[in-house]
Amino acid sequence: MNNVYVVGAGATPVAEHYERSLADLASQAVRAAFAQVPGLDTRRVGAVYVANALGEIMASQSQMGAYLAAAVGLSGVPALRVEAAGASGGVALHQAAQAVASGACEVALVIGAEKVTDRLDGALEATLALATDSEAEALQGVTLTSQWAMLMRRYMHEHGYAAEAFAPFPVNAHANAAKNPQALYRFGISADKYRKAGQIASPLNMLDCSSVADGAAALIIASEGIARELPGTRVRLAGTAIASDTPALGARRDPLDLLAARASAHVALGRAHLGLGDVHVLELSDPHGIAAALALEAIGFYERGSAPRHAADGAITTSGRTPLATAGGFKARGDIAGASGVYQVVELLRQLRGEAGPTQVGDARVAMAQCLGGVGSTAATSVLIGES
Amino acid sequence: MEIARHWRGRAARYRLEGQRSRSTGEVRFPPQPPALGETDETWEAFALSGRGEIYSFSVIRQAPDGYEGFAPYPVALVRLAEGPLVTAQLTDCAEDDLAVGTPVEMVTRKLVDTGEDGVLVYGYKFRPTL
Repeated sequence: MNNVYVVGAGATPVAEHYERSLADLASQAVRAAFAQVPGLDTRRVGAVYVANALGEIMASQSQMGAYLAAAVGLSGVPALRVEAAGASGGVALHQAAQAVASGACEVALVIGAEKVTDRLDGALEATLALATDSEAEALQGVTLTSQWAMLMRRYMHEHGYAAEAFAPFPVNAHANAAKNPQALYRFGISADKYRKAGQIASPLNMLDCSSVADGAAALIIASEGIARELPGTRVRLAGTAIASDTPALGARRDPLDLLAARASAHVALGRAHLGLGDVHVLELSDPHGIAAALALEAIGFYERGSAPRHAADGAITTSGRTPLATAGGFKARGDIAGASGVYQVVELLRQLRGEAGPTQVGDARVAMAQCLGGVGSTAATSVLIGES
Repeated sequence: MEIARHWRGRAARYRLEGQRSRSTGEVRFPPQPPALGETDETWEAFALSGRGEIYSFSVIRQAPDGYEGFAPYPVALVRLAEGPLVTAQLTDCAEDDLAVGTPVEMVTRKLVDTGEDGVLVYGYKFRPTL
């Protein structure tokens, strides 16, 4: 297998883009990505992978590969859409990496795009809930948020925490998003505000729930030969992996153990010939504090039952052991459904190039992104290495 | 909900009928098709008692389409006496009545109203044991 690089990245702000269509958003993100590599001829793109989770219902569009390839001026290029709920972006990146690593093409384009604000919240909740085992779970009126809420309550029961123990996760996410001009929520929150926030799906409150919004992000994946033609820090996509678990929470032996999160992280790190201790900066699926805590523990960064304590001690800040959500995470940058996994890598590229400004993690050379579909039914992990 | 889809799942939804392994005695719910290496004989139909306890729960205030009329409503993961962990709504209770470990029993209730021409979907919910 050949080495694979991420040579360009771009994204739109995450927002309620009422004036802009899905195609408008994708076009902006793709042009921003190619603006980073003016020397790269767009005719070298050999494949387009579109990450989109909700398009048939929320954006009234299927066949998203051909549709968005045409929208960005790449009609004729092989194009397909990847759907794995919130893991769509990571799975699309994995596919693109394999296409370049195998030599099938020398440049692949990943587009994550999601349009959710054309319809009301009830439709969005129902569409998101299709990522559960819909006959066994969604039919009961269960939402993804309420599934995370049930895991949070169980975690509190088993490990003796109050709900406010999870406040450090959204507080950190908002503190970082306040410095990110592309974030949905550019303001800080406090633990005190967290305690007073109204319930969404108890024990999850409004300040511990992400908002799903519109946006598009794009990544240009290229062979080593092409990466070496380009100036600046090279970022190698050193390992990618996906893993699966049962969509039905009840079918899992231990619902608090995210098996796919662990498996995909370990395989991706193994492919990069690295260990957990080598990772300097992280992106996780963190729509709620419990999601971040369970992923940190499943991957093995922290012992079971201890992630909230480490977060309270500053472990997830930019100067901590596992800096998390440096652009605001799902909670405050915004949750872009199937595009979130692409946004994650856009941020990690900034970190590895030393371009992250006020939320830069010092001397970040190795980064890991992991996104989850549903409550960890699909997990996609990518490991990136900055090469100077 | 589509009529045929509702009809296919009637045994599970009305009678809490799951499956029991003929070789190990393991009980599971809801019923699943045979996995690789299994046959149609591996699992037999098995009706659950409907008794269990709350493994965890949440009260939903932001409801999906079709469920707005029920909000706020509690949902739970219920650990059934025979072993399976089932997702269901709780009913006939206030949020203060609920805790991890609360004993519950199955009842049949309306699950979702799909509109004037749609099916009225009835199925299992759980309530604190009387």
